[in-house]
Amino acid sequence: MDDDAKLIEFEAKIKRGEKIEPKDWMPERYRKQLIRMMSQHAHSEIVGMLPEGNWITRAPTLRRKMGLIAKVQDEAGHGLYLYSATETLGIGRDEMVDQLLEGKAKYSNIFNYPSLTWADMGVIGWFVDGAAIVNQTMLARSSYGPYSRAMLRICAEENFHKKQGYEIAATLALGTQAQKEMVQNAVDRYWWPSLMMFGPSDKDSPNTPLLMKWKIKRKSNDDLRQRFIDLTIPQAQRIDLTIPDPDLKLNKKTGHWEFGKINWDEFYEVIRGNGPCNKERMTARRKAHFDGEWVRIAAEEYAKKRKTNHSNNN
Amino acid sequence: MISNRDSKTGQALFEYLLRLGDDRLVLGHRLSEWCGHAPILEEDIALANIALDCIGQASNFLSLAGKVENKGRNEDDLAYLREAVDFRNVQMVEVPNGDFAHTIARQFLFDVYSYPLLDELQKSADGEIAGIAEKAVKEDRYHLRHSSEWVRRLGDGTGESHDRVQNAFEDLWTYSEELFFTDEVDDILVAAGIAPDLALIKKAWEEMVAKVMKDATLDIPGNDRYMAQGSRNGRHSEHLGHLLAEMQIVHRSYPGVKW
Amino acid sequence: MADKKPAEPRSDRRDSQWLLWEVFTQSKTGLPHEHAGSVHAPDAEMALQNARDVYARRGPVTSIWVAPSDSITASTSSDSQPFFDPADDKIYRHPQFYKVPKGVKIFK
Repeated sequence: MDDDAKLIEFEAKIKRGEKIEPKDWMPERYRKQLIRMMSQHAHSEIVGMLPEGNWITRAPTLRRKMGLIAKVQDEAGHGLYLYSATETLGIGRDEMVDQLLEGKAKYSNIFNYPSLTWADMGVIGWFVDGAAIVNQTMLARSSYGPYSRAMLRICAEENFHKKQGYEIAATLALGTQAQKEMVQNAVDRYWWPSLMMFGPSDKDSPNTPLLMKWKIKRKSNDDLRQRFIDLTIPQAQRIDLTIPDPDLKLNKKTGHWEFGKINWDEFYEVIRGNGPCNKERMTARRKAHFDGEWVRIAAEEYAKKRKTNHSNNN
Repeated sequence: MISNRDSKTGQALFEYLLRLGDDRLVLGHRLSEWCGHAPILEEDIALANIALDCIGQASNFLSLAGKVENKGRNEDDLAYLREAVDFRNVQMVEVPNGDFAHTIARQFLFDVYSYPLLDELQKSADGEIAGIAEKAVKEDRYHLRHSSEWVRRLGDGTGESHDRVQNAFEDLWTYSEELFFTDEVDDILVAAGIAPDLALIKKAWEEMVAKVMKDATLDIPGNDRYMAQGSRNGRHSEHLGHLLAEMQIVHRSYPGVKW
Repeated sequence: MADKKPAEPRSDRRDSQWLLWEVFTQSKTGLPHEHAGSVHAPDAEMALQNARDVYARRGPVTSIWVAPSDSITASTSSDSQPFFDPADDKIYRHPQFYKVPKGVKIFK
């Protein structure tokens, strides 16, 4: 079969709703797009450990401390699932880690914002994980088998993240005046960056049509963003928190919330590296990697010695 | 459970539960500092698991301590509203993490102590302690497997890893004797069948440490050095105050609220 | 990213993210082991420990297998027709192919 015939068969398979598996033929562009998307997703989980890890040692009760550690640990786990799924496309984890540390790979902008108070642990869980779940529920139906399976597992585990976040936010919102101010402040800081998590508007998202045709993505950035907003507004209203958007208005006809203008200049600036924490996040990841190098090498050397001893004994 | 909480046994039990709880709280706190900074992703997850186990155990022991004390303090009051001098953990768990070798060596020295201790506590005459120990001992068995396997790998890995972990053991040895400190608290509880005799635990500890360090081609440090003491009665290193300042800051800044 | 400085030169080229292992977990005794995912580890003992921490931390898991990924041989999609289609028409392997007199309950 030549490549044209293979492409026709590949697209027919996707149209029929079948999954593509690692050993199946796939267009190079499909593979490249998947590697780009999936590794970015994995990097986001890893860098995402930092802003929340920042509050583990200050969590105000033992229950909160355990909940937060378990959550940050899950992010490491989710990064691991996603790196593994990406590895099925023929790229090693070491190569992906290098790309991140060399500044060649992107990760979600949201983690370049600082976590400033305990309330951020609530609002990050509620908004950021909430947005992630909207996105990931869609990706669980992705055409690439390993990505879709990783997403199913991640979605199942992440449900507790959002609930934990909302519980923290709600407890503060219904608490003392000082607590309420703390959580409103976090909402004010995280709302707009959370909306940007879905990526540029469809008209500025050149990859979207192909990604949707190949069912890597099943919904557009704007549709997902709208779904997140529609889900989140009533949750904020329920605990009497104000979303910092004066243009927010329920369109009774469509049932959707209309919202104000997103500051895309800020979005592109942060992507370019000019966000509040880009440097710190990368410095922290590099430090962990280089400080850990001797450990990784020692464990491999030990394994090598055992293997040699073992074969000598036989 | 001890019915007369004002009795000498009741007071000893409260002290003893603080020792058990504080060791695990402070160690869990230190381990949780690794979250996001470990040498490899799999180890981020492993260290977080151990931290969670330690804090969970601490929460159970401190909660029981509050009940025994009977002054209305719960585990959070005990964790967040005591001063450093009121903490009863050994100094080994409060010293900063250092590098990965230091963290592993400390974890190993503590696990070899904690696992047989919890194993014995399952037989405690106090049913509630026995219940906590029964769950915790399973966790500790895994902690010991993890830390001892790492000691072997670092000790018998590369020249660099060998030196790093040997140095870590040298540094930590100063704090090893404190693990086996006993006073009238132990005397009372051993007599009541509530706590095991630490002398027996010490024997098991020495044997296991010797075995694993030998496998790992490491030298057991000598005892001709300063040996830390006093922390079971509230005399700590300078590090604990800083650790608690960080741990307690949010809780103390908003007294009496719900979180 | 902010910092375009390349990663520091590696002090030792031997550094890696360790070998890739495939993890299979059993959720209840008596059930088959199923593929759960992968982990990286330098050797089998660490692979088992890592698999436990990654795939069994939420339970319920009763047993774990790990195997180096490169020791698994898989069929390819080009195999799929010759490998699997011939099974389609072998109806004599299925119980529906055989008939017993009405009223015999033993085979229900």
